[in-house]
Amino acid sequence: MHQKTVAEVSAALHAGEISSRELTDALLHRIEQFDPGLNSLITVTAEQARAAADAADARLRSGEAGPLTGVPLIHKDIFCTDGVATTCGSRMLESFQAPYDATVVRRLADAGAVMLGKANMDEFAMGSSNETSYFGPVRNPWDLDAVPGGSSGGSAAAVAARLAPAATGTDTGGSIRQPAALSGICGLKPTYGRVSRYGMVAFASSLDQAGPFARTAEDLALLLGGMAGLDERDSTSVDHVVPDYSESLNRSIKGLRIGVPREFFGEGLDADVRSRVEGALQVLEGEGAELVEVQLPNMELALPAYYVIAPAEASSNLARYDGVRFGHRCAQPQDLEDLYKRSRAEGFGDEVQRRILVGTYALSAGYYDAYYRKAQQVRRLVSEDFRQALEQVDVLAGPTSPTPAFGLGERADDPVQMYLSDIYTLGVNLAGLPGLSVPAGFSRGRPVGLQLIGGYFDEARLLNVGHKYQQVTDWHKQVPEGFE
Amino acid sequence: MKWETVIGLEIHAQLATRTKIFSGAPTAYGAEPNTQACPVDLGMPGVLPVLNREVVRMAIKFGLAVGARIAPRSVFARKNYFYPDLPKGYQISQYDLPIVEGGHLDIELEDGASKRIGITRAHLEEDAGKSLHEDFHGMTGVDLNRAGTPLMEIVSEPDLRSPAEAAAYMKKLHALVRYLEICDGNMQEGSFRCDANVSVRPTGQEAFGTRAELKNLNSFRFVERALEYEVERQIDLLESGGEVVQETRLYDVDQGVTRSMRTKEEANDYRYFPEPDLLPVEVDTALVEEVRETLPELPDEKRRRFEQEDGLPAYDAGVLTATREMADYFEHAVSESGGFAKRTANLLMSELLAYLNKDGLEIGASPVTPEMLGTLVVRVEDETLSSRGAKDVFEAMWAGEGGPDEIIEKKGLKQVTDTSAIEALVDEAIANNPKQLEQYRAGKEKLFGFFVGQVMKASGGKANPQQVNELLKQKLDGS
Repeated sequence: MHQKTVAEVSAALHAGEISSRELTDALLHRIEQFDPGLNSLITVTAEQARAAADAADARLRSGEAGPLTGVPLIHKDIFCTDGVATTCGSRMLESFQAPYDATVVRRLADAGAVMLGKANMDEFAMGSSNETSYFGPVRNPWDLDAVPGGSSGGSAAAVAARLAPAATGTDTGGSIRQPAALSGICGLKPTYGRVSRYGMVAFASSLDQAGPFARTAEDLALLLGGMAGLDERDSTSVDHVVPDYSESLNRSIKGLRIGVPREFFGEGLDADVRSRVEGALQVLEGEGAELVEVQLPNMELALPAYYVIAPAEASSNLARYDGVRFGHRCAQPQDLEDLYKRSRAEGFGDEVQRRILVGTYALSAGYYDAYYRKAQQVRRLVSEDFRQALEQVDVLAGPTSPTPAFGLGERADDPVQMYLSDIYTLGVNLAGLPGLSVPAGFSRGRPVGLQLIGGYFDEARLLNVGHKYQQVTDWHKQVPEGFE
Repeated sequence: MKWETVIGLEIHAQLATRTKIFSGAPTAYGAEPNTQACPVDLGMPGVLPVLNREVVRMAIKFGLAVGARIAPRSVFARKNYFYPDLPKGYQISQYDLPIVEGGHLDIELEDGASKRIGITRAHLEEDAGKSLHEDFHGMTGVDLNRAGTPLMEIVSEPDLRSPAEAAAYMKKLHALVRYLEICDGNMQEGSFRCDANVSVRPTGQEAFGTRAELKNLNSFRFVERALEYEVERQIDLLESGGEVVQETRLYDVDQGVTRSMRTKEEANDYRYFPEPDLLPVEVDTALVEEVRETLPELPDEKRRRFEQEDGLPAYDAGVLTATREMADYFEHAVSESGGFAKRTANLLMSELLAYLNKDGLEIGASPVTPEMLGTLVVRVEDETLSSRGAKDVFEAMWAGEGGPDEIIEKKGLKQVTDTSAIEALVDEAIANNPKQLEQYRAGKEKLFGFFVGQVMKASGGKANPQQVNELLKQKLDGS
């Protein structure tokens, strides 16, 4: 039962072959059994899940169910959930409970999805390995000594380990696509503004975007349909029609022009990853797509620009955690200054503090022009590169991450090595474009991901290409050993 | 050495919206602490600001009223600093792209001349909460009801040359925002707050002196007093060989002095950057025109109309348009009177203002309504009352004895205009005073007043003075 995809679960529920309650109970049992070894969840919401499953079953019986009714899933612990702790992977919010639901949580709940729990993540979504979590690292189901990627590592590992058919995540520089690639599943970062950010703890507001994880592109289509759309509570969400993403999945990709950016195959790309991705491109070519070499000449500037803009916004977004109204407060503060300093020093981990310092510096008087303003100019150049490339082709394709999953602790003390893990993903966030990662093979037993990048609001096309690819490959059907 | 004072004001006007600038929480004043703050106002994780469109309309209205440019695109920015009553650790404000730029306001100087004061900009921002330092036993309480209340910060050019000019500008601006109905102007509740930048320089010198910023000048009186103190302090300092340091100073109301709050070195680096949670504010011509339609007659236009169409003296027109309430009261009374603007103005200025002043009341609290004043004017115009009688009726109305007609009736104040009745009184006065008559006719013309007095006395003050005059003249001079 736990091997079923969202589409299969949905079909079985509608056919009355299983009930949401049975499925929920089975998955909760599986979580109990396997998660202690993975640490993919921070909170398990068994009681609420059973109640939601019962409600979904009633809805299924009444004939008013949609495709997500009764489907169990896991939310990244960055989404606020009314009455359930939202920690964001941080000591700062260890005991925080929001009195509201994030719009993503609300929409999926309204669609009848059943929340099983809340996934582990890098602290405040800052990290590419899930090792910065206050609640401990997450292990990769394919290799328990390897990281699952990050920051949405818990979500990715849980779906890879078949603890749930789907999960939500957020992607600021690659935090959905990179863990999807490293954990051997699918992950979609939608166009900026496609999915509401309301109730999603902010890291870098101009880059953050929520999206789904699942094992197939077909499932992502169902999930995105349940998440996307204008939200009056998020001024940056866009009033753009939400198509039926499932409808276009099977469209032929004959004649589709796939741009292959030369810059995605340069120095630093692992040889195995290169050969798997090239293999995937040949498969797409075999389906009738045309491969075209394109250039993204400013791509090497994306990483430094990202590591100015994201920390700058983060330094401001995280100022509210001051020990005054909610979150961690130090014991016995001597005065206001002491309250601020110790609450924040104790509440935030090293990586978060590092980014707050970097961001504060980049916005400071005398440095703003050299860093923040310059980074914004680079951001425009990078966006322009993507625009020009996407004028020549329909989608872009390349590796999601330069290497397969790395070992736990391997890069933990080297932030720059860690940052390089997102070298192919963060430019997409700077441009605000949608990006999809699908499994494309393995390197020494660790998964490799193919990244597809589309034009604004072209998620349907990405999912179409991903689905066609998965129709003729079976990487996504592989199950990590021990999680059959 | 002679010194010239240079002052620029930054005025924060709280915009009179029902809900906050970025959330749906109510803005009403005086509620229990922290009952009017929603998750957005509290800066809780994940919540986002959504701009209240009404504040944009209000800013446009203000911009149009001061002849400013309305920016087709303005941008909110984050002003970052830590303070317990600042929930997000930043204030959402406008920085390098404000919504209103380059306007002006004309003020009246003491010598009657008018002076144009430049308005550099007006921008939109959210208010912070309040820190309460009393009643918490050495700790500080935070009330976030005010957090997120919409403010418009109006920045003047350094065009003001004296504390009196500063006060006049502030009053004028205060009247304007109330005319526009974009701010209730309640200074006790902090709806209209003022900070001042002040410096002095030797007369004739072009470069500005080093300025001090004075904070929290929350009444017209304090603005003037604080500035007077500060100007004197700076001049004393300079004349004794010292230097003014750039700093923020707080006015101590009780001591009447300004005190250093923080120096330039201690000032925050606010790390402004564009607010990524909000889109730029786009204002098209259609919206500007739509708002223009809602503009009321502005005080200066009204004043001109009172002078030109109603023939009021400049001084009266100025007084009657000083506040929207005053102007509304006056116009209402004029319309009740059937259009006798001049007499209405006279009664308002001589009677109503005197009584208001005496009892320390605002015009809104006057026991004499505009309807009552208008009717009183009619009774003077239709000669039911003499102007003396009008004063008496006004006094009775102020005391709450009823409307004009009721009081005239009750007190028998109806003026006698019947010619034969007055003639009888005139004849009687002449007949009773032969000696004075003889003297008058011998050339002692001053005695004319004596006869008027006799007639009025005999009528109980009710005879129409004009008729008395005419008849006396006829009888004394004619026969």
